[in-house]
Amino acid sequence: MSMPFYVSPEQAMKDKADYARKGISRGRSVVVLQYADGILFVADNPSRALHKISEIYDRIAFAAVGKYNEFENLRQQGVRYADVNGYMYDRRDVTARGLANAYATALGTVFTEMNKPYEVEIVVAEVGIDVASDQIYRLTFDGSVADEQGYVAMGGQVDQVAAALKERFEEGLPLASALGLGVHALEQQDADRHLEAGQLEVAVLDRARDHRLFRRLPAARVKQLLDEAGAGAASTEPPASDESESETEGGEGTPAE
Amino acid sequence: MTHARDGALTVGSGLAGAIASAVSGRSRVTSQGSAPGRLPGAFASQSPSSFTEFLSAHSPSMLPGNRELPAAAAPAGQHFPHGTTIVTVTFPGGVVMGGDRRATAGNLIAQRDIEKVFRADEYSAIAIAGTAGIGIEVVRLFQVELEHYEKMEGRTLSLEGKANRLATMVRGNLGMAMQGLVVVPLFAGYDEERDAGRIFSYDAAGGRYEEHEFYSIGSGSVFARGALKKMFRSDLSEEDAVIASIQALYDAADDDSATGGPDLTRRIFPVISVVTADGYRRLPDDRVGTLVESIVEARMRAPGGPPAPLL
Repeated sequence: MSMPFYVSPEQAMKDKADYARKGISRGRSVVVLQYADGILFVADNPSRALHKISEIYDRIAFAAVGKYNEFENLRQQGVRYADVNGYMYDRRDVTARGLANAYATALGTVFTEMNKPYEVEIVVAEVGIDVASDQIYRLTFDGSVADEQGYVAMGGQVDQVAAALKERFEEGLPLASALGLGVHALEQQDADRHLEAGQLEVAVLDRARDHRLFRRLPAARVKQLLDEAGAGAASTEPPASDESESETEGGEGTPAE
Repeated sequence: MTHARDGALTVGSGLAGAIASAVSGRSRVTSQGSAPGRLPGAFASQSPSSFTEFLSAHSPSMLPGNRELPAAAAPAGQHFPHGTTIVTVTFPGGVVMGGDRRATAGNLIAQRDIEKVFRADEYSAIAIAGTAGIGIEVVRLFQVELEHYEKMEGRTLSLEGKANRLATMVRGNLGMAMQGLVVVPLFAGYDEERDAGRIFSYDAAGGRYEEHEFYSIGSGSVFARGALKKMFRSDLSEEDAVIASIQALYDAADDDSATGGPDLTRRIFPVISVVTADGYRRLPDDRVGTLVESIVEARMRAPGGPPAPLL
C-alpha cells in the first residue's frame, strides 16, 4: 500500500489557479467597453459559428474567453436561468446582478470541488437607461466577481490589451470610436497583429433599441465603422508612437492569489 | 483596473436559492442540483432547446394545461372572460392581423379594451380567441419559447417550426378544453423563403391547418369571413389589407354581440399588426383611428359596407 503524497490546500489551490490562468491566456482576447449609447463587445474571433459573445436577455449579454465547451455550457444555463425567471416574474426582474451571482456560485463550486477548474473568464453586462446605470461584472475561474466600470479586457495577452484600453478610454465615446479603440487594443496582443472586420466578432447592447437590445454587427457594418473611426482618428489624434513603451504599465492584478 | 477578490460582490445564495424559493415544493429541482460544475438545479440538464420542455421538467406547474382540475367540475368556461374575433389577411409580401377589443363573460362585457393580438417574435404574430386567461398565458409561453430557441441555437425556427410548436402547446391544453376552458390561437408570419405572409389556424385538439388568403377565428368569425370573402383580392396593398381587416371586424361586431365595434367615444380601436420582411409592427392607435373614422363615415351612408359586384 502506497501513501499518497501530501499536498497542502494552499498548494492545491495555487496549482489549480495557475492551470486555469494558463489555459485562459492561451486563447485570444475579448474587450467589453461602454460607449455613449450602450455597451460594446469586441472579440478577436474569426469563427462565424462559435460565438464568444451572446445574448442572454433583453438588456443582458455575455462574453467569455477560455475553453469553448465550458463557457458555452455556462451560457446555456444562463439563458435558461434568465428565461425561467422572466417567465415566472416579469421581464424586468431578470438582472445581471442575479445572473452574476448564479455564475459566481457555479464557478466557485467547480473551482473548489473539481480536480480541473473551468478555464474560463466571463463578463455579464447589463445596459441601463444611461451610462451611469450600466453594469459590467467580470467573473473569473474561481468564482470571484468584480464590478467593472468603463472597460474590461480578458483572455490572451490581457495585460497589453488592458493597458491600451486604459491609455485611450474615455466615457461617452461614439460607437465608431469605441470600436476603433477596442480593435486597437486587441491588436496589441501581438507585435504586428492587424485585425480586419472579418476576423472580429462584434456586438452591442444598444439602449436606443426596443425590447431586445442585443445586436450583432455584421462584418460590413464593422468595416464601415472602422473606416469612420480611422478617418476620425487621423484628423484629430496625434500619431501614437509611444504605445509600445506603455504596454507593461497598468498590468492586471491576478485573482486567487 | 484589478480583478482582485476584495472587489468582489457579496455572492448570495445564487441560483439554487432563487429557484428553490420561487418554485417551492419542487423537490425535483433541488435533488438534481448537486453536480459540481453546473449551475445548481435543472438549469444544467442537457435538454433540447425548447423552453417548454425544460419547464415541464423543472417546474411543470408553471405550464398552462398542466394543472389538475377537479374531476367532477362542471364546465365553467362561461364564467371567465372570453376573447372574441380575430381576422388575418395576407397581401403580397406580408400579412395583417387584427382583433377587436372586447372580452365577454356570459352576457356581460368583461373588458372593453383587451388586447388579443401579440407579437410572437420578429417575424410572426399570434392572436387568441376563447378563454382569455389561458390564452394570454399560452401566448406568453410561446413568445419565450421562440426567443429561447433562438438564443440557445443561434438561429430562428422556420415558420412551420413555430407553427408546429404552437400546435403542441394547444394540444397540451386539451384537458382544460374538455372542461370548457377552450382557447384557440391564430398564427401568422412572414416566410422569408417564399417572401409571403402565411396563416396557420388550430383546433382545440392541437390540429394545425394552413389557411390561404385570409382567415378569421372567434365568435364573430362567421361574419368576418363572409365579409373578407367579398373584399379579398390577391393584389391588395398593405393599406388595403388593413382596411379590409377593419371592415371585417366591423361586420363581425355588427352581427355578433360578443365582438366589440370601434368605440369612437372612448377612442378604443381594433389592434392591427402587420408582419412583413421588415418585421412585426403594431400600427399606432391614431393611425388605426383615422382609418376607423373614415370607415364609420362611409358606413353612415352605406351601413352594409362596400358592395361587391354581382358578376
